[in-house]
Amino acid sequence: MAKYSININGQTHDVEAMEDMPLLWVLRDVVGLKGTKFGCGKALCGACTVHLNDNAVRSCSLPVSAVGEGRITTIEGLSKEGEHPIQQAWEKFVVPQCGYCQTGQIMNAAALIKRNPQPSEQEIEQSMQGNLCRCGTYNRIKAAIISVTSQPK
Amino acid sequence: MKHNSFLGKDNSLVEGRVFKVSRRDVLKAGALLAGGLVFGVGLVRCDSKKNEVTYLTPNVYLKIGSDGVVSIIAHRSEMGQGIRTSLPLIIADELGADWSSVKIVQAEGDVKYGDQNTDGSYSIRMFYKPMREAGAAARYLLIQVAAKRWHVPAEECDTENGSVTHKSTNRAINFGELVEEASGISVPPGEIKLKEQQNFKLIGKETPIVDLHDIVTGKAVFGADVDVKGLKVAVIARCPVVGGSVKSFKDGNAKKVPGVVGVYQVKGAGLPATLNKPLAGVAVVADNTWAAIKGRDLLEIEWEFGPNASYDSAKEIAELTKSISSKGVVRRNRGDFDKARKNAAKVIEHVYVAPHLAHATIEPPAALAIADKNSCEVWACTQNPQGARKVLSEVLEIPEDKVKVNVTLLGGAFGRKSKPDFIVEAAILAKESGHPVRVQWTREDDLHHDYFHSLSVQRTIATIGKDNKLSGWNHHIAYPTIGATANNSELQPSDGELGLGATDFPYDVPAVRIETHDAPSHLRVGWLRSVRNIPHVFAIGTMMDEIAEARGVDPITNALQLLGDDRQITFNGEILNGTYPNYGEDIANYPWETGRMKAVIERVAKESDWGRKLPKGSGLGFAAHKSFLTYVACVVEVQVNENKVTIPSVHYVVDCGVAVNVDRIKSQFEGGAQFTASLALKSAITFKDGRVQQNNFDGYQIIRMSESPKQIHVHIMDSDGKPTGVGEPPVPPFTPALCNAIYAAIGKRIYTLPIDLGA
Ligand code: FES
Ligand code: FES
Repeated sequence: MAKYSININGQTHDVEAMEDMPLLWVLRDVVGLKGTKFGCGKALCGACTVHLNDNAVRSCSLPVSAVGEGRITTIEGLSKEGEHPIQQAWEKFVVPQCGYCQTGQIMNAAALIKRNPQPSEQEIEQSMQGNLCRCGTYNRIKAAIISVTSQPK
Repeated sequence: MKHNSFLGKDNSLVEGRVFKVSRRDVLKAGALLAGGLVFGVGLVRCDSKKNEVTYLTPNVYLKIGSDGVVSIIAHRSEMGQGIRTSLPLIIADELGADWSSVKIVQAEGDVKYGDQNTDGSYSIRMFYKPMREAGAAARYLLIQVAAKRWHVPAEECDTENGSVTHKSTNRAINFGELVEEASGISVPPGEIKLKEQQNFKLIGKETPIVDLHDIVTGKAVFGADVDVKGLKVAVIARCPVVGGSVKSFKDGNAKKVPGVVGVYQVKGAGLPATLNKPLAGVAVVADNTWAAIKGRDLLEIEWEFGPNASYDSAKEIAELTKSISSKGVVRRNRGDFDKARKNAAKVIEHVYVAPHLAHATIEPPAALAIADKNSCEVWACTQNPQGARKVLSEVLEIPEDKVKVNVTLLGGAFGRKSKPDFIVEAAILAKESGHPVRVQWTREDDLHHDYFHSLSVQRTIATIGKDNKLSGWNHHIAYPTIGATANNSELQPSDGELGLGATDFPYDVPAVRIETHDAPSHLRVGWLRSVRNIPHVFAIGTMMDEIAEARGVDPITNALQLLGDDRQITFNGEILNGTYPNYGEDIANYPWETGRMKAVIERVAKESDWGRKLPKGSGLGFAAHKSFLTYVACVVEVQVNENKVTIPSVHYVVDCGVAVNVDRIKSQFEGGAQFTASLALKSAITFKDGRVQQNNFDGYQIIRMSESPKQIHVHIMDSDGKPTGVGEPPVPPFTPALCNAIYAAIGKRIYTLPIDLGA
């Protein structure tokens, strides 16, 4: 066990955890932020996606010891009440079915448009490739992302 | 399947009654809040002693407060189909409630709500009428009170946006102000008037799901998201072979992992594995999930694998392929197939093979339990809370009224979460350890220990007479049956399984013979979205394309011709030693109408621009199928490039009677196409030495965005017929339509799933 100070959603959290504990379980079990989901534990499904310094990372495969000074953003910190344009687009297109994969999808999409505000359809597909949705919401996800990127800035 | 109408002829359940909120109720609601599981707003609103809210509760699904708040109980499980929205909106529409302010309260498992087993695409079918009656009964009561107060005839009053209105005098009064008085009267028999379809405000429109905002902000509560004080997390090492047991184990190293608080043996059901009991294993209970997972890795377990240790699914396919060439047990017979075959001008015969499949919901099973020797409370992503309650009462040996089953959102289910095994695990461990315990399944657990959709081998023979008509149909079927999970001596499909697309072969053919063959089970067999329709319709739908080709007619013309005249099919006298189950409904109430099927087929031809010219390597494929009493026709467009399949477009036409929530019908079909594309193109579970060989999403693959069907068009037939389900019906016709499109594109027929064009 070791002590870590990590910056989550703009706040510093002092946590005690095993060095190899994935950030996912630190968020869910130690800090109590349940919006980040467990789907595979092996970086294969994207349900656990959060931001590390604005980049989308799979929190199930990022040991807490590797976070260091990095800024972590989870779905709870993406916006106050769902005002982020990606979240708004998700609501407009009624993207979710069961909803379980959706916080990971949203975090990944938010990182994508930050990095590349005008992605092509192919770039969207490539960037979202790691996020599985068993309910099959892919086309609405794509439409929602496109609606954000084509909005006049 | 039993149907209950909740408003009996004598309106026995329509009791108007006011109850005051007691202090105890408030405390209970507070406790629930601390437990972290709150759907909508709290169960009671009680701002101060002076301002106590009273309620009108005309039935179990509805509560109207004197503060004007309308609470509607969602009694079925939400797993992505939108049922927490679609059933309540029916009540709200009939009531005339203000939908934007309606509170949705999730019901716990209790027989008082009627059927809660969210399965078989029957929520809307079964509850459309009871929900309308529930709303209409309350509307009646409120109107009576307002009319009396205004001294106007009740017929002149209406309800709208949470108020009773009197148009000619421009008056309106909020429901809340009528509650107290309305609770003193009841609805006389025969007085409930349902709205005319043209007056619907919500039914037939597109209503966003009630959980939308919670989902996109990460606040939605799923199976693993409930927290209570002192909670421990358990992960379980289960015997890799079904029916095995723990011979011995050493937990010394596991217990050294910081955070591990205990190791417990879990007794399994053995054989038969059952549809509701856990598998044998060893559980590691810890302060957090990671410690439990690490602890489990360090267990040293010696297993007694039992009789399934040599099970090999590839060998089983080879054996069934051999045995299916013989005569089977006849399950449906019409005319004389042997004669049809003898007199045939052409005979087409093929064997179809499909693999075991896992549900692979992105949310793996998870449940939290608090239990002692007297009582038990669980929170779980369950499709069947009453079923869970029953088995918990049995296993814990406590009365059912001491068991409380709270239902969270389900992160996908598709049939997996109708089995309460994971909830039982949590309860047993909570009782034994003395801690509240959350059992968390990992992805590996989920794929290794699912209740699988079992593999299938089928043989179909079609004979074409000298008049170029289809003269005979013979379908041979073999798969480990669902029944074997509860009773290992079951070797043959049940009538229920065959009624999912095989014995209800609807085409007007003089000779039909359906035969089944023995297939022993070595795994836990369950049901997956549309169940046996998946293999049956793969074989039938692709064979239909070959029949069209052999007859020299277009596949859509072929289907319309073979369906014959507009008529109702009953299958009477043709099902041997049984009846056609018709999805639990009396066929007199829900007949099989060829006219409706032909109508969806004709429309899909139009919508998809069937027959249009496509570039080389592209093709259109068609299939149609009625399942769960819903008629569906499907056209898939494919492009094949170096053996890689892409799907530029899909057209579905659906006749599901009255369309309740149009947007969710569309989303079920959009998702259904994606779900089935996974099954057709990617997914297979294989067993060797009794164990599943796939561990995670690298081995058991499902479709990703770039390879998923691109444009999915869903066309809904206008109808005032009884509404039927839409969760499962998108699945069956998709795979044969896809296979037929591949044939149109590159001339290759598909007989084995998942599709591998390189093979
Ligand atoms: S849980 Fe992290 S990628 Fe699946
Ligand atoms: S919405 Fe259910 S898994 Fe994506």
